[in-house]
Amino acid sequence: MALNKIVSTFEEAVADVPDGAVIMIGNFAGPGGTPYFLIQALKRQGAKHLTIIANTAGGTGLTLDYEDHKILFENNQVKKVIATFPFSASPSKPTPAEGQILAGEVELELVPQGTLAERIRCGAAGIPAFYTPTGYGTVVAKGKDTRWFNDRPCLLEYALTADYAFVRAYKADKMGNLIYRGTQRQFNPIMAMAAKITIAEVDEIVEVGDLEPECIITPGIFVNRIVKVKEDLGFPRHLERTFWVRRQR
Amino acid sequence: MKERLPREAIAMRAAKELFNGAIVNLGIGIPTLVSSFIPEGIDIVFHTQNGALGFGPVITAEEFEEKADIDLVNASGQYVTPLPGMCFFHHADSFLMIRGGYIDITILGVLQVSEKGDLANWMFPGRGVGNIGGGMDLAFNAKKVIGLTEHVSKNGKPKIVNQCTIPLTAPECVDLIITDLAVIKVAREGLVLKEVAPGWTVEEVQSLTEPRLTIASDLKEIEL
Repeated sequence: MALNKIVSTFEEAVADVPDGAVIMIGNFAGPGGTPYFLIQALKRQGAKHLTIIANTAGGTGLTLDYEDHKILFENNQVKKVIATFPFSASPSKPTPAEGQILAGEVELELVPQGTLAERIRCGAAGIPAFYTPTGYGTVVAKGKDTRWFNDRPCLLEYALTADYAFVRAYKADKMGNLIYRGTQRQFNPIMAMAAKITIAEVDEIVEVGDLEPECIITPGIFVNRIVKVKEDLGFPRHLERTFWVRRQR
Repeated sequence: MKERLPREAIAMRAAKELFNGAIVNLGIGIPTLVSSFIPEGIDIVFHTQNGALGFGPVITAEEFEEKADIDLVNASGQYVTPLPGMCFFHHADSFLMIRGGYIDITILGVLQVSEKGDLANWMFPGRGVGNIGGGMDLAFNAKKVIGLTEHVSKNGKPKIVNQCTIPLTAPECVDLIITDLAVIKVAREGLVLKEVAPGWTVEEVQSLTEPRLTIASDLKEIEL
Protein backbone atom coordinates (compact mmCIF):
# COMPACT_ATOMS: atom_id res chain seq x y z
CA MET A 1 0.00 0.00 0.00
CA ALA A 2 1.56 3.23 -1.16
CA LEU A 3 -0.41 5.26 1.32
CA ASN A 4 1.22 3.98 4.48
CA LYS A 5 1.10 6.87 6.91
CA ILE A 6 2.50 5.07 9.93
CA VAL A 7 5.32 6.86 11.70
CA SER A 8 7.12 4.71 14.24
CA THR A 9 7.95 7.29 16.89
CA PHE A 10 6.33 10.43 18.25
CA GLU A 11 9.69 12.22 17.92
CA GLU A 12 9.74 11.56 14.20
CA ALA A 13 6.09 12.61 13.86
CA VAL A 14 6.71 16.11 15.24
CA ALA A 15 10.31 16.60 14.06
CA ASP A 16 9.46 19.15 11.35
CA VAL A 17 7.32 21.49 13.49
CA PRO A 18 9.00 24.89 13.00
CA ASP A 19 9.18 27.84 15.37
CA GLY A 20 6.08 29.99 15.01
CA ALA A 21 3.81 27.10 13.95
CA VAL A 22 0.07 27.23 14.58
CA ILE A 23 -1.01 23.97 16.22
CA MET A 24 -4.49 22.68 17.03
CA ILE A 25 -4.56 20.20 19.89
CA GLY A 26 -7.57 17.97 20.58
CA ASN A 27 -8.52 18.41 24.22
CA PHE A 28 -11.45 18.78 26.57
CA ALA A 29 -11.84 18.41 30.34
CA GLY A 30 -9.54 15.47 31.01
CA PRO A 31 -7.08 13.03 29.47
CA GLY A 32 -9.70 11.50 27.15
CA GLY A 33 -9.08 12.61 23.58
CA THR A 34 -5.86 14.50 24.33
CA PRO A 35 -2.82 13.48 22.22
CA TYR A 36 -0.59 13.04 25.25
CA PHE A 37 2.49 11.56 23.56
CA LEU A 38 2.56 14.06 20.69
CA ILE A 39 2.54 16.85 23.27
CA GLN A 40 5.42 15.26 25.20
CA ALA A 41 7.37 14.87 21.95
CA LEU A 42 6.76 18.50 20.99
CA LYS A 43 8.12 19.61 24.34
CA ARG A 44 11.32 17.60 23.76
CA GLN A 45 11.52 18.88 20.17
CA GLY A 46 11.42 22.41 21.54
CA ALA A 47 9.74 24.49 18.77
CA LYS A 48 9.04 27.99 20.09
CA HIS A 49 6.71 30.98 19.49
CA LEU A 50 3.84 28.56 18.92
CA THR A 51 0.19 29.48 18.59
CA ILE A 52 -1.91 26.82 20.32
CA ILE A 53 -5.59 26.39 19.47
CA ALA A 54 -7.34 24.15 22.00
CA ASN A 55 -10.30 24.05 24.35
CA THR A 56 -8.07 24.72 27.37
CA ALA A 57 -4.54 25.94 27.95
CA GLY A 58 -3.87 22.73 29.85
CA GLY A 59 -3.73 22.02 33.56
CA THR A 60 -7.27 23.14 34.37
CA GLY A 61 -7.48 20.63 37.21
CA LEU A 62 -11.06 19.75 36.36
CA THR A 63 -10.36 16.05 36.65
CA LEU A 64 -6.99 14.39 36.83
CA ASP A 65 -3.88 16.49 37.00
CA TYR A 66 -1.61 15.20 34.26
CA GLU A 67 1.01 16.42 31.81
CA ASP A 68 -1.16 17.81 29.06
CA HIS A 69 -0.27 20.82 26.89
CA LYS A 70 0.33 22.88 30.04
CA ILE A 71 3.92 21.62 29.68
CA LEU A 72 4.33 23.64 26.48
CA PHE A 73 3.54 26.77 28.49
CA GLU A 74 5.84 25.73 31.34
CA ASN A 75 8.57 25.20 28.75
CA ASN A 76 7.98 28.71 27.33
CA GLN A 77 7.14 27.42 23.86
CA VAL A 78 3.86 29.31 23.45
CA LYS A 79 3.37 32.84 22.11
CA LYS A 80 -0.41 32.83 21.76
CA VAL A 81 -3.32 30.62 22.81
CA ILE A 82 -6.82 30.57 21.36
CA ALA A 83 -9.02 28.79 23.91
CA THR A 84 -12.36 28.74 25.71
CA PHE A 85 -11.23 27.48 29.12
CA PRO A 86 -7.66 28.73 29.72
CA PHE A 87 -7.83 29.10 33.50
CA SER A 88 -7.99 26.63 36.35
CA ALA A 89 -11.28 26.27 38.18
CA SER A 90 -9.45 26.48 41.50
CA PRO A 91 -7.54 29.72 42.28
CA SER A 92 -5.07 27.83 44.48
CA LYS A 93 -3.89 25.80 41.49
CA PRO A 94 -3.61 28.24 38.56
CA THR A 95 -2.72 26.88 35.14
CA PRO A 96 0.86 27.57 34.01
CA ALA A 97 -0.69 29.68 31.25
CA GLU A 98 -2.48 31.96 33.72
CA GLY A 99 0.62 33.72 35.03
CA GLN A 100 2.05 34.07 31.52
CA ILE A 101 -1.21 35.53 30.21
CA LEU A 102 -1.55 37.99 33.10
CA ALA A 103 2.11 39.01 32.69
CA GLY A 104 1.53 39.64 28.98
CA GLU A 105 4.04 36.97 27.95
CA VAL A 106 1.38 34.88 26.24
CA GLU A 107 -1.43 36.43 24.22
CA LEU A 108 -4.88 35.01 24.93
CA GLU A 109 -7.81 35.00 22.53
CA LEU A 110 -10.76 33.90 24.66
CA VAL A 111 -13.53 32.40 22.55
CA PRO A 112 -16.94 30.89 23.36
CA GLN A 113 -16.71 27.15 22.85
CA GLY A 114 -19.31 26.89 20.10
CA THR A 115 -17.69 29.75 18.25
CA LEU A 116 -14.29 28.05 18.55
CA ALA A 117 -15.71 24.80 17.17
CA GLU A 118 -17.45 26.56 14.28
CA ARG A 119 -14.38 28.66 13.45
CA ILE A 120 -12.39 25.44 13.14
CA ARG A 121 -15.11 23.68 11.15
CA CYS A 122 -15.36 26.66 8.79
CA GLY A 123 -11.59 26.77 8.42
CA ALA A 124 -11.74 23.15 7.31
CA ALA A 125 -14.71 23.77 5.04
CA GLY A 126 -13.29 26.74 3.14
CA ILE A 127 -15.80 29.19 4.67
CA PRO A 128 -13.73 32.25 5.63
CA ALA A 129 -16.17 33.80 8.12
CA PHE A 130 -19.68 33.51 9.53
CA TYR A 131 -22.15 35.31 11.79
CA THR A 132 -23.26 33.84 15.13
CA PRO A 133 -25.63 35.17 17.80
CA THR A 134 -23.36 34.00 20.64
CA GLY A 135 -21.51 36.84 22.34
CA TYR A 136 -23.56 39.88 21.33
CA GLY A 137 -23.71 42.38 24.20
CA THR A 138 -20.75 40.78 25.99
CA VAL A 139 -16.98 41.33 25.99
CA VAL A 140 -16.78 38.84 23.11
CA ALA A 141 -18.45 41.38 20.83
CA LYS A 142 -15.70 43.96 21.27
CA GLY A 143 -14.48 45.24 17.91
CA LYS A 144 -16.60 42.78 15.93
CA ASP A 145 -18.95 43.58 13.09
CA THR A 146 -22.60 43.11 14.10
CA ARG A 147 -25.48 42.39 11.77
CA TRP A 148 -29.09 41.46 12.41
CA PHE A 149 -30.51 38.26 10.95
CA ASN A 150 -34.05 37.04 11.71
CA ASP A 151 -34.41 39.73 14.39
CA ARG A 152 -31.26 38.62 16.21
CA PRO A 153 -28.01 40.55 16.46
CA CYS A 154 -25.07 38.42 15.34
CA LEU A 155 -21.28 38.78 15.41
CA LEU A 156 -18.88 38.26 12.54
CA GLU A 157 -16.37 35.54 13.39
CA TYR A 158 -13.43 34.40 11.28
CA ALA A 159 -12.43 30.85 10.42
CA LEU A 160 -9.37 29.18 11.94
CA THR A 161 -6.87 26.93 10.24
CA ALA A 162 -3.54 25.57 11.44
CA ASP A 163 -0.19 24.29 10.27
CA TYR A 164 -0.56 21.15 12.38
CA ALA A 165 -3.36 19.33 14.16
CA PHE A 166 -2.45 16.88 16.93
CA VAL A 167 -5.42 14.57 17.32
CA ARG A 168 -6.23 11.59 19.52
CA ALA A 169 -8.28 8.76 18.07
CA TYR A 170 -9.06 5.17 18.96
CA LYS A 171 -8.15 3.22 15.85
CA ALA A 172 -6.61 4.13 12.51
CA ASP A 173 -6.21 1.98 9.46
CA LYS A 174 -3.01 2.33 7.48
CA MET A 175 -4.66 4.85 5.14
CA GLY A 176 -5.35 7.12 8.12
CA ASN A 177 -9.09 6.55 8.39
CA LEU A 178 -9.98 7.18 12.03
CA ILE A 179 -12.58 6.09 14.53
CA TYR A 180 -12.98 7.54 18.01
CA ARG A 181 -14.04 6.11 21.32
CA GLY A 182 -16.85 7.76 23.30
CA THR A 183 -16.36 11.40 24.23
CA GLN A 184 -12.75 11.18 23.04
CA ARG A 185 -14.07 12.60 19.79
CA GLN A 186 -14.81 16.25 20.89
CA PHE A 187 -12.64 18.68 18.85
CA ASN A 188 -10.49 15.99 17.21
CA PRO A 189 -12.41 15.36 13.94
CA ILE A 190 -12.84 19.05 13.10
CA MET A 191 -9.21 19.86 13.93
CA ALA A 192 -8.07 16.92 11.79
CA MET A 193 -9.78 18.58 8.82
CA ALA A 194 -8.55 22.13 9.48
CA ALA A 195 -4.77 21.71 9.43
CA LYS A 196 -2.18 21.34 6.69
CA ILE A 197 -0.55 18.42 8.50
CA THR A 198 -2.63 16.24 10.79
CA ILE A 199 -0.92 13.78 13.12
CA ALA A 200 -3.08 11.19 14.84
CA GLU A 201 -2.11 9.38 18.05
CA VAL A 202 -4.08 6.12 18.27
CA ASP A 203 -4.49 3.02 20.42
CA GLU A 204 -4.39 0.67 17.48
CA ILE A 205 -3.43 0.66 13.81
CA VAL A 206 -5.34 -1.91 11.76
CA GLU A 207 -5.18 -3.18 8.18
CA VAL A 208 -6.99 -1.31 5.44
CA GLY A 209 -10.49 -2.79 5.29
CA ASP A 210 -10.66 -3.69 8.97
CA LEU A 211 -12.67 -0.60 9.92
CA GLU A 212 -16.34 -0.62 8.91
CA PRO A 213 -16.58 2.02 6.15
CA GLU A 214 -19.88 3.28 7.58
CA CYS A 215 -18.28 3.85 10.99
CA ILE A 216 -15.29 5.92 9.89
CA ILE A 217 -15.51 9.40 11.38
CA THR A 218 -12.40 11.04 9.93
CA PRO A 219 -11.67 10.05 6.33
CA GLY A 220 -8.01 9.23 5.81
CA ILE A 221 -7.46 12.06 3.33
CA PHE A 222 -7.33 14.44 6.30
CA VAL A 223 -4.66 12.47 8.15
CA ASN A 224 -0.99 12.67 7.20
CA ARG A 225 0.75 10.73 9.96
CA ILE A 226 -0.37 8.08 12.42
CA VAL A 227 1.51 6.97 15.50
CA LYS A 228 0.56 4.13 17.81
CA VAL A 229 0.55 4.57 21.57
CA LYS A 230 2.88 2.02 23.12
CA GLU A 231 2.55 2.66 26.85
CA ASP A 232 -0.48 2.52 29.09
CA LEU A 233 -0.79 5.74 31.05
CA GLY A 234 -2.82 4.11 33.77
CA PHE A 235 -5.93 6.27 33.38
CA PRO A 236 -9.23 4.46 33.93
CA ARG A 237 -10.22 2.99 30.57
CA HIS A 238 -11.85 -0.32 29.82
CA LEU A 239 -10.94 -0.93 26.22
CA GLU A 240 -12.00 -4.57 26.34
CA ARG A 241 -15.25 -4.35 28.20
CA THR A 242 -17.19 -1.16 27.70
CA PHE A 243 -20.57 -1.65 26.23
CA TRP A 244 -19.98 0.15 22.95
CA VAL A 245 -16.68 -1.55 22.19
CA ARG A 246 -18.08 -5.06 22.13
CA ARG A 247 -20.33 -4.06 19.26
CA GLN A 248 -17.39 -3.18 17.05
CA ARG A 249 -15.43 -5.64 15.00
CA MET B 1 -30.05 32.22 61.55
CA LYS B 2 -32.95 30.78 59.66
CA GLU B 3 -32.40 27.74 57.58
CA ARG B 4 -31.84 28.05 53.85
CA LEU B 5 -32.31 25.22 51.40
CA PRO B 6 -29.16 23.14 50.84
CA ARG B 7 -27.66 22.87 47.33
CA GLU B 8 -29.28 19.47 46.86
CA ALA B 9 -32.71 20.96 47.51
CA ILE B 10 -32.10 23.73 44.94
CA ALA B 11 -31.18 20.99 42.45
CA MET B 12 -34.25 18.98 43.45
CA ARG B 13 -36.52 21.96 42.86
CA ALA B 14 -34.87 22.57 39.47
CA ALA B 15 -35.46 18.94 38.49
CA LYS B 16 -39.20 19.58 38.78
CA GLU B 17 -38.91 21.92 35.79
CA LEU B 18 -37.88 19.03 33.51
CA PHE B 19 -40.43 17.30 31.33
CA ASN B 20 -40.57 13.90 29.70
CA GLY B 21 -38.34 13.72 26.62
CA ALA B 22 -36.62 17.05 27.30
CA ILE B 23 -33.10 17.53 25.89
CA VAL B 24 -31.20 19.03 28.82
CA ASN B 25 -27.72 20.45 29.33
CA LEU B 26 -26.44 20.95 32.87
CA GLY B 27 -23.75 23.49 33.72
CA ILE B 28 -20.98 23.26 36.32
CA GLY B 29 -21.74 23.70 40.05
CA ILE B 30 -25.18 23.14 41.61
CA PRO B 31 -26.64 22.25 38.17
CA THR B 32 -24.57 19.04 37.95
CA LEU B 33 -26.53 17.78 40.99
CA VAL B 34 -29.84 17.97 39.11
CA SER B 35 -29.27 14.65 37.33
CA SER B 36 -29.59 12.86 40.68
CA PHE B 37 -33.14 14.13 41.24
CA ILE B 38 -35.01 13.34 38.04
CA PRO B 39 -38.67 12.72 38.94
CA GLU B 40 -39.91 9.14 38.60
CA GLY B 41 -41.37 8.24 35.22
CA ILE B 42 -39.61 11.03 33.32
CA ASP B 43 -37.01 10.30 30.67
CA ILE B 44 -34.47 13.03 30.05
CA VAL B 45 -31.96 13.11 27.20
CA PHE B 46 -28.83 14.69 28.62
CA HIS B 47 -26.58 16.62 26.25
CA THR B 48 -22.98 17.52 26.95
CA GLN B 49 -20.79 20.03 25.11
CA ASN B 50 -18.04 17.49 24.50
CA GLY B 51 -20.29 15.52 22.21
CA ALA B 52 -22.66 13.02 23.79
CA LEU B 53 -26.41 12.62 24.14
CA GLY B 54 -28.42 10.15 26.18
CA PHE B 55 -25.85 9.07 28.77
CA GLY B 56 -26.75 8.15 32.36
CA PRO B 57 -25.95 9.61 35.78
CA VAL B 58 -22.51 10.54 37.08
CA ILE B 59 -20.93 7.37 38.45
CA THR B 60 -20.67 6.90 42.21
CA ALA B 61 -17.46 6.27 44.14
CA GLU B 62 -18.40 2.57 44.45
CA GLU B 63 -18.79 2.28 40.69
CA PHE B 64 -15.40 3.82 39.94
CA GLU B 65 -13.40 0.59 39.44
CA GLU B 66 -16.01 -0.95 37.23
CA LYS B 67 -17.23 2.00 35.18
CA ALA B 68 -14.95 5.05 35.23
CA ASP B 69 -13.56 5.67 31.75
CA ILE B 70 -11.75 8.79 30.56
CA ASP B 71 -13.54 8.40 27.23
CA LEU B 72 -16.99 8.81 28.79
CA VAL B 73 -17.14 12.13 30.62
CA ASN B 74 -19.51 15.09 30.84
CA ALA B 75 -18.64 18.78 30.39
CA SER B 76 -17.33 18.98 33.96
CA GLY B 77 -15.02 16.05 33.28
CA GLN B 78 -17.08 13.75 35.53
CA TYR B 79 -17.37 10.09 34.60
CA VAL B 80 -20.90 9.20 33.51
CA THR B 81 -22.74 5.93 33.05
CA PRO B 82 -23.16 4.48 29.57
CA LEU B 83 -26.75 3.84 28.50
CA PRO B 84 -28.12 2.00 25.48
CA GLY B 85 -29.05 4.50 22.79
CA MET B 86 -26.50 7.13 23.74
CA CYS B 87 -24.51 8.62 20.90
CA PHE B 88 -21.36 10.60 20.30
CA PHE B 89 -20.54 13.42 17.91
CA HIS B 90 -17.87 16.05 17.41
CA HIS B 91 -17.79 19.53 18.89
CA ALA B 92 -19.13 21.39 15.86
CA ASP B 93 -22.22 19.15 15.83
CA SER B 94 -22.56 19.48 19.58
CA PHE B 95 -22.80 23.26 19.30
CA LEU B 96 -24.96 22.96 16.22
CA MET B 97 -27.45 21.36 18.63
CA ILE B 98 -27.04 24.26 21.07
CA ARG B 99 -27.01 27.12 18.55
CA GLY B 100 -29.64 25.46 16.40
CA GLY B 101 -32.15 25.50 19.24
CA TYR B 102 -32.30 21.77 19.96
CA ILE B 103 -31.62 22.13 23.69
CA ASP B 104 -34.94 22.44 25.54
CA ILE B 105 -33.54 23.40 28.93
CA THR B 106 -30.16 24.44 30.19
CA ILE B 107 -29.52 24.79 33.91
CA LEU B 108 -26.62 27.09 34.73
CA GLY B 109 -24.81 28.44 37.75
CA VAL B 110 -25.08 32.15 38.56
CA LEU B 111 -22.70 34.80 39.86
CA GLN B 112 -25.16 37.60 39.20
CA VAL B 113 -28.51 37.75 37.48
CA SER B 114 -30.31 41.00 36.73
CA GLU B 115 -33.89 42.15 36.75
CA LYS B 116 -33.99 41.68 32.98
CA GLY B 117 -32.51 38.19 33.13
CA ASP B 118 -28.97 39.21 32.19
CA LEU B 119 -26.67 36.42 33.36
CA ALA B 120 -23.08 36.75 34.58
CA ASN B 121 -21.40 33.48 35.46
CA TRP B 122 -18.05 33.11 33.72
CA MET B 123 -15.60 35.59 35.25
CA PHE B 124 -14.05 34.38 38.53
CA PRO B 125 -14.76 37.04 41.15
CA GLY B 126 -11.60 38.74 42.34
CA ARG B 127 -9.28 36.97 39.91
CA GLY B 128 -9.77 39.15 36.85
CA VAL B 129 -9.83 36.06 34.66
CA GLY B 130 -12.42 33.55 33.61
CA ASN B 131 -13.41 30.72 31.33
CA ILE B 132 -16.19 31.33 28.84
CA GLY B 133 -16.42 27.65 27.98
CA GLY B 134 -19.69 26.43 26.53
CA GLY B 135 -21.94 28.40 28.87
CA MET B 136 -22.21 31.43 26.63
CA ASP B 137 -23.55 29.44 23.68
CA LEU B 138 -26.03 27.71 26.01
CA ALA B 139 -27.22 30.94 27.64
CA PHE B 140 -27.76 32.59 24.25
CA ASN B 141 -29.40 29.70 22.48
CA ALA B 142 -31.17 27.17 24.72
CA LYS B 143 -34.97 27.36 24.62
CA LYS B 144 -35.18 27.80 28.38
CA VAL B 145 -32.46 28.97 30.75
CA ILE B 146 -32.75 28.22 34.47
CA GLY B 147 -30.25 29.84 36.84
CA LEU B 148 -29.42 28.13 40.15
CA THR B 149 -27.73 30.02 42.94
CA GLU B 150 -27.53 30.85 46.58
CA HIS B 151 -29.68 33.94 47.05
CA VAL B 152 -26.79 36.03 48.36
CA SER B 153 -23.02 35.79 47.92
CA LYS B 154 -20.65 34.51 50.62
CA ASN B 155 -20.29 38.04 51.99
CA GLY B 156 -24.06 38.53 52.09
CA LYS B 157 -24.51 40.67 48.96
CA PRO B 158 -27.56 40.07 46.74
CA LYS B 159 -26.80 38.02 43.63
CA ILE B 160 -30.08 39.08 42.07
CA VAL B 161 -29.30 42.67 41.12
CA ASN B 162 -30.67 45.66 39.22
CA GLN B 163 -27.71 45.63 36.86
CA CYS B 164 -24.89 43.08 36.64
CA THR B 165 -21.54 44.57 37.61
CA ILE B 166 -19.42 41.68 36.33
CA PRO B 167 -19.00 40.72 32.65
CA LEU B 168 -22.09 39.14 31.13
CA THR B 169 -22.47 35.63 29.83
CA ALA B 170 -25.57 36.70 27.90
CA PRO B 171 -28.05 39.55 28.13
CA GLU B 172 -31.74 38.86 28.87
CA CYS B 173 -31.43 35.10 28.76
CA VAL B 174 -32.58 33.72 32.13
CA ASP B 175 -36.20 32.54 32.34
CA LEU B 176 -36.31 31.19 35.88
CA ILE B 177 -34.14 31.71 38.98
CA ILE B 178 -34.11 29.07 41.71
CA THR B 179 -32.26 29.92 44.93
CA ASP B 180 -31.96 28.62 48.47
CA LEU B 181 -34.76 31.05 49.41
CA ALA B 182 -37.04 31.49 46.43
CA VAL B 183 -38.23 30.65 42.95
CA ILE B 184 -38.38 33.77 40.78
CA LYS B 185 -39.67 34.06 37.25
CA VAL B 186 -38.14 36.59 34.87
CA ALA B 187 -41.14 38.18 33.17
CA ARG B 188 -41.55 41.13 30.85
CA GLU B 189 -42.79 43.26 33.75
CA GLY B 190 -39.82 42.29 35.93
CA LEU B 191 -39.10 39.62 38.51
CA VAL B 192 -42.06 37.67 39.83
CA LEU B 193 -41.72 35.89 43.16
CA LYS B 194 -43.45 32.53 42.73
CA GLU B 195 -42.27 30.49 45.71
CA VAL B 196 -40.49 31.09 48.99
CA ALA B 197 -38.52 28.66 51.16
CA PRO B 198 -40.29 27.27 54.26
CA GLY B 199 -40.06 29.69 57.17
CA TRP B 200 -39.19 32.76 55.07
CA THR B 201 -41.43 35.73 54.44
CA VAL B 202 -41.82 37.74 51.26
CA GLU B 203 -40.34 40.77 53.04
CA GLU B 204 -37.25 38.84 54.08
CA VAL B 205 -36.67 37.56 50.55
CA GLN B 206 -37.21 41.07 49.15
CA SER B 207 -34.68 42.53 51.58
CA LEU B 208 -32.00 40.21 50.13
CA THR B 209 -32.96 40.98 46.53
CA GLU B 210 -31.94 44.23 44.81
CA PRO B 211 -34.74 44.67 42.27
CA ARG B 212 -38.30 45.03 43.44
CA LEU B 213 -40.17 41.74 43.27
CA THR B 214 -43.73 41.42 42.05
CA ILE B 215 -45.59 38.88 44.15
CA ALA B 216 -47.34 36.15 42.16
CA SER B 217 -51.04 35.84 42.91
CA ASP B 218 -50.50 32.11 43.47
CA LEU B 219 -47.42 32.56 45.68
CA LYS B 220 -46.60 29.40 47.61
CA GLU B 221 -44.00 27.65 49.67
CA ILE B 222 -41.28 25.79 47.75
CA GLU B 223 -42.19 22.11 47.48
CA LEU B 224 -39.59 19.51 46.66
